[in-house]
Amino acid sequence: MHILAFLIRRAIQAVIVMFVISLVGFSIQDNLGDPLRELVGQSVSEEARDDLREQLGLNDPFFVQYTRFLGNALQGDLGNSYFFKRPALSVILDKFPATFELVLGAVFIFVSLSIPAGIYCAINRDSWLSRIIMSGSIVGISVPVFLTAIGMVWLFGVELGWLPAFGRGDTYELPWGWDTGFLTWDGLSHLILPSITLSSIMLPLFIRLIRAEMMEAMGTEYVRFARAKGLSTRRVRYVHAFRNTLLPVVTVGGLMIGTLIAYTILTETVFQWPGMGFLFLEAVNRVDTPLIIAYIIIVGLIFVVVNTIVDFIYTLINPMVKLPGAKG
Amino acid sequence: MKPLRHFATAAALVLGMVGTAPAQTLSFAYDADPVSLDPHEQLSGGTLQLSHMVFDPLLRWNSDLGFDPRLAESWERVDDTTMRFKLREGVTFHTGNDMTAEDVVWTIERLKSSPDFKGIFAGWVSVTAIDDYTVEVKTDGPSPLVLHTATYVFPMDKDFYEDGGAEIAKHGDSFASQNLSGTGPFTVASREQGVKTVFERNPDYWDTASPGNVQTAVLTPIKEAPTRVAALLSGDVDFIAPVPPTDLERIKNDPDTKLVTMTGTRIITLQMNQNRNEALADPKVRQAIAYAINNEGIVQKIMKGFGTVAAQQSPEGYVGHNPDLKPRFDVAKAQSLMEEAGYADGFSATMMCPNNRYVNDFKICEAAAAMLAKINVKIDLTTMPKAQYWPKYDERAADIMMIGWHSDTEDSANFNEFLTMTPDPDTGRGQYNSGNYSNAEVDELTIASLTETDPGKRAEQLQRVEEILYNEAAFIPFHWQDLAWGARKGVMIEDVVNVMNFPYLGDLVIEE
Repeated sequence: MHILAFLIRRAIQAVIVMFVISLVGFSIQDNLGDPLRELVGQSVSEEARDDLREQLGLNDPFFVQYTRFLGNALQGDLGNSYFFKRPALSVILDKFPATFELVLGAVFIFVSLSIPAGIYCAINRDSWLSRIIMSGSIVGISVPVFLTAIGMVWLFGVELGWLPAFGRGDTYELPWGWDTGFLTWDGLSHLILPSITLSSIMLPLFIRLIRAEMMEAMGTEYVRFARAKGLSTRRVRYVHAFRNTLLPVVTVGGLMIGTLIAYTILTETVFQWPGMGFLFLEAVNRVDTPLIIAYIIIVGLIFVVVNTIVDFIYTLINPMVKLPGAKG
Repeated sequence: MKPLRHFATAAALVLGMVGTAPAQTLSFAYDADPVSLDPHEQLSGGTLQLSHMVFDPLLRWNSDLGFDPRLAESWERVDDTTMRFKLREGVTFHTGNDMTAEDVVWTIERLKSSPDFKGIFAGWVSVTAIDDYTVEVKTDGPSPLVLHTATYVFPMDKDFYEDGGAEIAKHGDSFASQNLSGTGPFTVASREQGVKTVFERNPDYWDTASPGNVQTAVLTPIKEAPTRVAALLSGDVDFIAPVPPTDLERIKNDPDTKLVTMTGTRIITLQMNQNRNEALADPKVRQAIAYAINNEGIVQKIMKGFGTVAAQQSPEGYVGHNPDLKPRFDVAKAQSLMEEAGYADGFSATMMCPNNRYVNDFKICEAAAAMLAKINVKIDLTTMPKAQYWPKYDERAADIMMIGWHSDTEDSANFNEFLTMTPDPDTGRGQYNSGNYSNAEVDELTIASLTETDPGKRAEQLQRVEEILYNEAAFIPFHWQDLAWGARKGVMIEDVVNVMNFPYLGDLVIEE
């Protein structure tokens, strides 16, 4: 029952969030530029452009346009992209697998590196390797992601010629219409540089976070007690102490999903990765307002879903935590 | 060593005699891919690049800015207002249908209904099929630009489009934006918009004399310039355009790649609004601005030589190009002109420029603003992305605004029609004259040039216009943006590129 109440509450929140996002998105669209300029050539007359604007309903008052949008949106129609000439929602969903796999690749890299590195640095505080990792992570935090990306392209794509520098390579379509790059060698090799780039924002942060939390846990009473009880060092470190460092890591991780999505925009653009982030930046350049609004609504939805999942994971790691909104 | 060399020579001879090079795959990257497969949907460089791959024009520009016959074998002027095109026989569309005069007439009617193209075809009052292979075009008056206009006629397969749907959709989907049947050297094998378009050679292509040996061409749009350059240098693609000025040297110096550059025809200018700012209405002040701006320095320092310094709108090779007009830069002269005009203490003006429309656009404006400070013109500069810039431009929102222009007809009169004639909402003339510059003689000469069929007289009229504009400093010319293509060595791109920037990829040869 608790979980059901929690989900209903979350669903209501999601609807409100979506509504606010659409309202904000809609009210800023006039400042994004004139979509007509992108639809017609340079020598088309002002009059012809006005006709087209009228046909698209862009001359209607804000309230009329917004009500029309909302009515359609409730039926799952977020409007047609000006550029792709297809429903904005389906354009975005077509690009979702690419972004999802990129994020998954990045998460895989930073999780599998930051946990061992963070624990190592917490336990062997003064070893030379820890020093290198810690100072390296400061550099990592400071370098902007587009610079990392271009550096990667030049080093591995051009100078060494080891890895492809753009695009997604060969993809394989799974039966439910999901284009995956995970199943071909070509697809995987295209994934390497962008996912390293994307993970480079998270990696230093997580190493430092895990190290700090681990060090704190190692100094707590229950760890000292476990030691005194005669448990093996291994069990004390990796079961008792590490489990408690995970809690803040999951919190921060959940919050950072947003950052990760924001950085997919930059990463995808540099690597010509055909995902949602690249699509979004292009849509902004082309003043493809229906696509822009659909993107921010979808991203809003992703946020809500991810936060809900994070709250769930919380209860699994630490049974003392109750789901917010559910009565204990 | 000697026998070996002989052997090599002999082998080369034998191979040369065999003739046709083996079929090749071309992988190329532009900064964007065509918005639609419908050649009449949007008048843009991307559309024309596509059209030259999958369609053929009646005639096309050659490298000397002359005309080469394509689907029109020959043409003759019957009288001042009538031109007859004799079509090539035995040409088939991708569907197998024969290309006849009916298709050409149908295509031109469709062009006249396209919002983007109808302006160009406005003067063509009637188009009739005299017989299966003769088309007659009548214009509303004597017209010197019939052939220029005919380069925009890419005959479409009438039956194919009438069956599927011939509607031109500026928004929403249409049959023609997803399907095509032309006569061109390539067909579209697959297309994922924004990701990849695959072209296959048309096995029944009529032009058997074409040396082209590209069997499959794969277009990948790569938006980011550094990534595009990296793709070429790493060998992932064979050919890229455009090349950013910062990477010209690198591509030129790399042992595996080559750079092909050409003087372009897009003029970059500043327009000075005489209605908004009193000072700019004074020709002396405008001349002072022209003298104060070192456009040669801008080309060298900011454009890294990737531009041709301009003193007028018409580039060399255009009928209106006036060879007597030279770039002017003389700060002392500028200062004395300011004094003469009564602005010794200078004045303030606002300036707006796009920051992602032309090559280095905002840097050019920053440099210009700094140069104007030297003659006490205080510039308040705002730069913005083109999406926001164009609505501002339409509002005439600043005293000085930047505009670049490429003549759709490759003719000088087009510059005047849009940029320097007196703005008139009824005729659409001066639509991009944000400075409100107005000179009756410029208007008259331009109008006269549109119906003047004597090339000598036309040149005189249009060169006179350039001279007037220069003397009155109607606008500030910077440069014509150069064009650049990067290619892998062996991809003979230099033989098929042109100043209009639609490479004739059907004729491209890739050497082993």
